[in-house]
Amino acid sequence: MSSETQKILTTDGIPLEVSLKKAERRNKIKAFLLVAPLLFFLIITYVFPIGDMLMRSVDDKMVTEMLPKTYKAMEKWDGKELPEEEVFKAFYLDFRQLVDEKREGKLSTQLNYTKNGFKSIIKKLRRKSKNFEEGNYKEQIMAVHKRWADVEYWKAIKRRAPAYTGQKYLKGMDMFKNENGEIVSVEEDRRIHRILWLRTLEIAFFVTLFCFLMAYPIAHLLATLPMKYSNLLMICVLLPFWTSLLVRTASWMILLQQQGVVNDFFVGIGLVADDARPEMMYNKTGTYVAMTQILLPFMVLPLYSVMKTISPSLMRAGKSLGGTPIVAFWKVYFPLTIPGIGAGCLLCFILAIGYYITPALVGGASGTLISNQIAFHMKSTLDWSFASAMGLMLLAGVLAIYWVYNKLVGIDNIKLG
Amino acid sequence: MSVNKEFVKFDKVDKSYDGKILVVKDLQLDIEEGEFVTMLGPSGSGKTTCLMMLAGFETPTHGEIYLDGKAISSIPPHKRGIGMVFQNYALFPHMTVYENLAFPLRVRKIPKDEADKKIDKALSMVSLQGFAERMPGQLSGGQQQRVAVARSLVFDPQLVLMDEPLGALDKNLRESMQYEIKHIHESIGVTVVYVTHDQSEALTMSNRIAVFNDGKVQQLSSPDELYEKPVNSFVAEFIGENNTFAGEVMDISGGKCKVKIVNSEILANPISVKGKGEKTKISLRPERALINPSDKMDNVHSGKVEEVIYHGDHTRVRMNVLGNNQFILKVPNSSANMDIKLGKEIKIGWNSEDARALDPK
Repeated sequence: MSSETQKILTTDGIPLEVSLKKAERRNKIKAFLLVAPLLFFLIITYVFPIGDMLMRSVDDKMVTEMLPKTYKAMEKWDGKELPEEEVFKAFYLDFRQLVDEKREGKLSTQLNYTKNGFKSIIKKLRRKSKNFEEGNYKEQIMAVHKRWADVEYWKAIKRRAPAYTGQKYLKGMDMFKNENGEIVSVEEDRRIHRILWLRTLEIAFFVTLFCFLMAYPIAHLLATLPMKYSNLLMICVLLPFWTSLLVRTASWMILLQQQGVVNDFFVGIGLVADDARPEMMYNKTGTYVAMTQILLPFMVLPLYSVMKTISPSLMRAGKSLGGTPIVAFWKVYFPLTIPGIGAGCLLCFILAIGYYITPALVGGASGTLISNQIAFHMKSTLDWSFASAMGLMLLAGVLAIYWVYNKLVGIDNIKLG
Repeated sequence: MSVNKEFVKFDKVDKSYDGKILVVKDLQLDIEEGEFVTMLGPSGSGKTTCLMMLAGFETPTHGEIYLDGKAISSIPPHKRGIGMVFQNYALFPHMTVYENLAFPLRVRKIPKDEADKKIDKALSMVSLQGFAERMPGQLSGGQQQRVAVARSLVFDPQLVLMDEPLGALDKNLRESMQYEIKHIHESIGVTVVYVTHDQSEALTMSNRIAVFNDGKVQQLSSPDELYEKPVNSFVAEFIGENNTFAGEVMDISGGKCKVKIVNSEILANPISVKGKGEKTKISLRPERALINPSDKMDNVHSGKVEEVIYHGDHTRVRMNVLGNNQFILKVPNSSANMDIKLGKEIKIGWNSEDARALDPK
């Protein structure tokens, strides 16, 4: 036959490669059509909203659009001394336009985010600007209030010129860009977000740890008990899983409150005095207890699925070779459960880090997480861009954890079931 | 140096898991030092339970097990110093071959250079030099098996237990591993207790075989004795092929007994029959019955050929003899025996010595 290097042809003379591609194309199209609805669904429900969130978190067009002439005029301004008349005139024109459209309130809110003190001087400017005469706007505006003659306020306006900004992210880290464009932290007593981030990490870490400590023996029992007992135990593990999250959280409220079942019991057995019932809810303790219970199945199930595959003869082999039960467990059994531990911990940690309902209900002031802060900005302050920014920071954090896990343990080592 | 005849001793051991059924009944078994003893029996006969009690994973419900004179029932498995090869090898999948072998040495705190020497020796014993850095998952079934054997021997135990170690291997590999394990046993002189349900494995490898059934040792003897001289019907039927006749003893005299089968009589060797009128089952190995018997044979009967199966070196002939239509005859492939045809009446005969009259069961 022909030599190896020659192009192989099919019987009707078409090159084999072409013919193969042709034959496979139909299958490829079919396969794509099968996944297309899901792909479409994912794009609509996942990629698009997250993309929108990302845009919203950096979007700062509002002020830019409200003061177009001002920013045009400010292009020539060096930003050191007070700007020229030209800038004041442009600002006056923009401002009048906003007043006509009744949007100057929004401007004052936005500028106030950048620098405190804008609210009152804009209100004053609105009143006075009705009677402005044509020409020499600089003098007239500066006469409205002494802050209008302060260059810092003009610098603050200029800082809002770019249509996109990362300042919401900085704010999420309790930092901001100061007048000189340096990134600095806010005053010590106003650093609430850092505390929340750290608390979120801390609670997620300890909830994961507690889940692990409780789930490991349960999973081991599940994997080693005879079928009829293990099925019953499995139902006990899963039953809370099937119950509504709200119901479970509410039942923890009944149990943990100061006049609740647990406290009554403690008083009953004389562990604590009746007038010194410990607070176990509306603080970190409540969050720990409720979240650990709620996330426990997410740790038990991956551990169980891994332990189920470990042959009991391995432990026996370890013992027969001279290892004490502890050595056999630690050297043989435990390393084999690491894929399950990794999966369970990753799952628990990621779920815990973004947990919302439970901490909101039982966490009180000291037990709330960053997600509660996000919800607060979504619902109460309506600062959606800030909420988006924090949401994305949370997402980035989760991805970072995933990346670190992949580097340390290897993601293909994971076993979810 | 005298050999310890009771290196392992099961003394009146009973075992029950549920308090209702005895899995092992009144077991009395002595194993000599350096011996290769196989526990052979159908599944559920209690052989694995015996092994697990010896290893320390099960405790006897009654009785005591002695190892080298010491009672071991209260010693936990890790202090018994018994090597064990498990059914599915039980290699530690997250450790390399080297680490697997190093495990028993490390827990015994043996210095590294000495341990390395022992590991090298053990690996060369199973001809696996150069595999030390492999993971068990990268080895074939036979290689994993060898590693398991090496691991059970690397810490120089006096006793090694093997629980159906060759069960998962294919036939050819199983046979070659049988010889290999036998040679290892011979070269290092360790005492081996081996559990299997495969009789050919047991016959090939063992010094002595304990045939288990129903929680009891039915017979404990060397392979040839077990095959040639089974003491009861269970052993006779479990080991090798067997032709049986059920009948009633008519007369016992001069080391022979006359047994009535249907309308005929057979002369047999009375093993477990004592007197007239007893029911018995006669067991006869197929190769001990000959066609065209000589005059010296004291049992001569005729039968009809019902089936002829060609096996190359020999031919299996199924006949109807004295009402038993499952009577098997092994006829060597020679020109003299070519005239065996289906439906033909032929004469066959055997010595009464080979027809063992056993319990009727």
